Amino acid sequence: MGVEQKLGNMGVVTTTLENVVNWSRTNAMWPMLFGLACCAIEMMSAQAAHYDMSRFGMELMRASPRQSDLMIVAGRVSKKMGPVLRRLYDQMPEPKWVIAMGDCASCGGVFNNYAIYQGVDEVVPVDVYVAGCPPRPEALIHGVLTVYEKVKGDTFKDLAKR
Amino acid sequence: MSQIEEVSLEQFKHLVSERALTGETMLLNMGPQHPSTHGVLRLLLELDGEIVVNCIPDIGFLHTGIEKNMEAKTYQKAEVMTDRLDYMNTMGNNLAYVMAVEKLIDVDVPARAQALRVILVELQRIASHLVWLGTSGLDLAAMSMFLYCFREREQILDIFELVSGQRMMTTYIRPGGVWRDVPVEFEKAVRDFIKIFPKRIDEYETLLTKNPLFIDRMVDIGYLSKETALSYGVTGPVLRASGVDWDLRKARPYMGYEQYDFNVPIRTEGDTYARYLVRVQELRESLKIVEQALNKLPMGPVRSDNRKFVPPPRSEIGVSMESLIHHFKLWTEGFPAPKASVYSAIESPRGELGVFLEGDGGPKPLRVHMRTPSFDNLGVLSQIVKGYLVADLVAILASIDIVLGDIDR
Amino acid sequence: MVKTMDKKLEPIVKAMQSKFSATLEEFRAEVHLFVKPEQIVDALTLLRDEYNFELLSALTAVDYHPQSTPRFHVIYQLTSLAKNLSVQLRVPVNGDSPKVPTVTRVYAMANWRERELIDMFGIEVEGHPDPRRILMPDGTEGHPLRKDFPLGYEEPQFTFNFDEIDLRKPYAKE
Repeated sequence: MGVEQKLGNMGVVTTTLENVVNWSRTNAMWPMLFGLACCAIEMMSAQAAHYDMSRFGMELMRASPRQSDLMIVAGRVSKKMGPVLRRLYDQMPEPKWVIAMGDCASCGGVFNNYAIYQGVDEVVPVDVYVAGCPPRPEALIHGVLTVYEKVKGDTFKDLAKR
Repeated sequence: MSQIEEVSLEQFKHLVSERALTGETMLLNMGPQHPSTHGVLRLLLELDGEIVVNCIPDIGFLHTGIEKNMEAKTYQKAEVMTDRLDYMNTMGNNLAYVMAVEKLIDVDVPARAQALRVILVELQRIASHLVWLGTSGLDLAAMSMFLYCFREREQILDIFELVSGQRMMTTYIRPGGVWRDVPVEFEKAVRDFIKIFPKRIDEYETLLTKNPLFIDRMVDIGYLSKETALSYGVTGPVLRASGVDWDLRKARPYMGYEQYDFNVPIRTEGDTYARYLVRVQELRESLKIVEQALNKLPMGPVRSDNRKFVPPPRSEIGVSMESLIHHFKLWTEGFPAPKASVYSAIESPRGELGVFLEGDGGPKPLRVHMRTPSFDNLGVLSQIVKGYLVADLVAILASIDIVLGDIDR
Repeated sequence: MVKTMDKKLEPIVKAMQSKFSATLEEFRAEVHLFVKPEQIVDALTLLRDEYNFELLSALTAVDYHPQSTPRFHVIYQLTSLAKNLSVQLRVPVNGDSPKVPTVTRVYAMANWRERELIDMFGIEVEGHPDPRRILMPDGTEGHPLRKDFPLGYEEPQFTFNFDEIDLRKPYAKE
């Protein structure tokens, strides 16, 4: 930035406010505890001791949408659940992100029928799709890290537009 | 997309007490997004202060149309749907469906495949009970239980991954046998698990069984009598905790369960604590079965050689023209099954998992109905929560061990 | 595999045949008894009280569309814990106005399963205490498990038709 060279070794770092805000968002992202079906069990595995998602600042699953900023749609979304899912999404405070976890949430998966939405992107806007039926916990963690990459690129201007 | 439908008291007038109509008691909506409903279950509670007067479960938030979808697939391809029914018990679902298909087309299963099925289904039972133990511990604020139980569950999932390549949706058990023989590492992986697991069960028990906080939350809560249980079609550990000695593995042995020496734990108290004790004891019994089956595991083929119904092994396809034809026919067209219906049931971790299968003479089933145990076990909930506190409702719901995928299908 | 009917079932089948003139079908040692819709409550009561069939294991239906008389078979799978026996009752129902009486007074378990019949097959259950839909949302048209209800296939996206489907896919807005 230019200031560092002049200040030398004084323990001062300069950056933009955007970077600081985005950095802090990625390190304390609270996902919503929103299990629908099979993928929810793998999400629980990702939370548990073996895979330990809290390494990435995600040890807190919030049951209330008002306290969370990441929605992990873990499982198939039925026609009866769709409106409920939308309401939960609307209740989350901005800024918010959505991961479609698993094939069913991404594109309907094996259930190409009357009861299931062919992709949760028909209900809420999705940021990251994670493939797999169900995805392994590593895949979910990779999806979360991909969201972080996206968050790091956010600008205040983009967020204001939303 | 449709909107959420607002419900009126008018719709539920026949299900709540008269006091709700005057506003004396309160109606409270719990779910479908609630951490302790174990999925997307919605409960409409009528409360008098903190006491539950009436409880009206509303299900269908995970309705997947599995039964309808299976009618559109051939018998083999419909099997992948069964994994996703009760996602805690994927091996068991495969077994239940495959047994119904085998009964319909009359195919025998080699002894080695039977023993492998037993080992895997019992490991699945342990995995399922571990998830139940972990999450119901979580509901009663015992966070450490969740972490410990999932640690052991990972070990079982590793075994599943070893044999089938998938952690959860295995589709390993196929009509006429299993997909392919287990790898050589299988025996050691299972033996390692058998070695450490008894100590781990003791650990869980020291944490919970005599814990005064836990006992206060569980004993004499959610009493279910024998008569109510039977009339509501309750099966599995919930029924056995009410004093009925009924286990399909003993009563109608399938897959050679009669060779194994195990007990069926029974309690007569009928409360949530009894249901807890029955399941913990079942962990030990299942482990006994796994050990015996592994010791006796016979050598031999793992798939029936009835080529009209069961695909030939991969190695044969390269050298035999007939095998190639069978392979091609079975995977494109499927096999025709007789025009008849069968009902076959197994003991899943939650109770009687029955499959009603009707063929119409063609390669696709005319009707598949899964008699899922959670559906009927949840039906009794409204009867057993009356008069208890809302906090007890959470404990009772956890003790029934529902899986919403199993209920809504 | 056992291929013939259990000996202990014979007196039960005889009683059902004489009392309700039920017809018998056997397949792989399973016993299927056909009774008329108006007899089902009495038949189940008899089986429960006289022959210890304490458990109604399953209650479902099969649709034989386009055949219309009978279009449906309603199926009652019974289990006797004391005697370790199973028997299946089948009730043929016509397609024009499918109707069965409720058996909730015999087996409380039938309550939800009959709601499933109402919801998924559109079979009317007379005298049901709570005849609401159970799985599908209120206001759904049709009954999914009927054969004339479409499965609802949507074309999956592949590389060659990705853009075409992308245009008409109803993506959600913020």
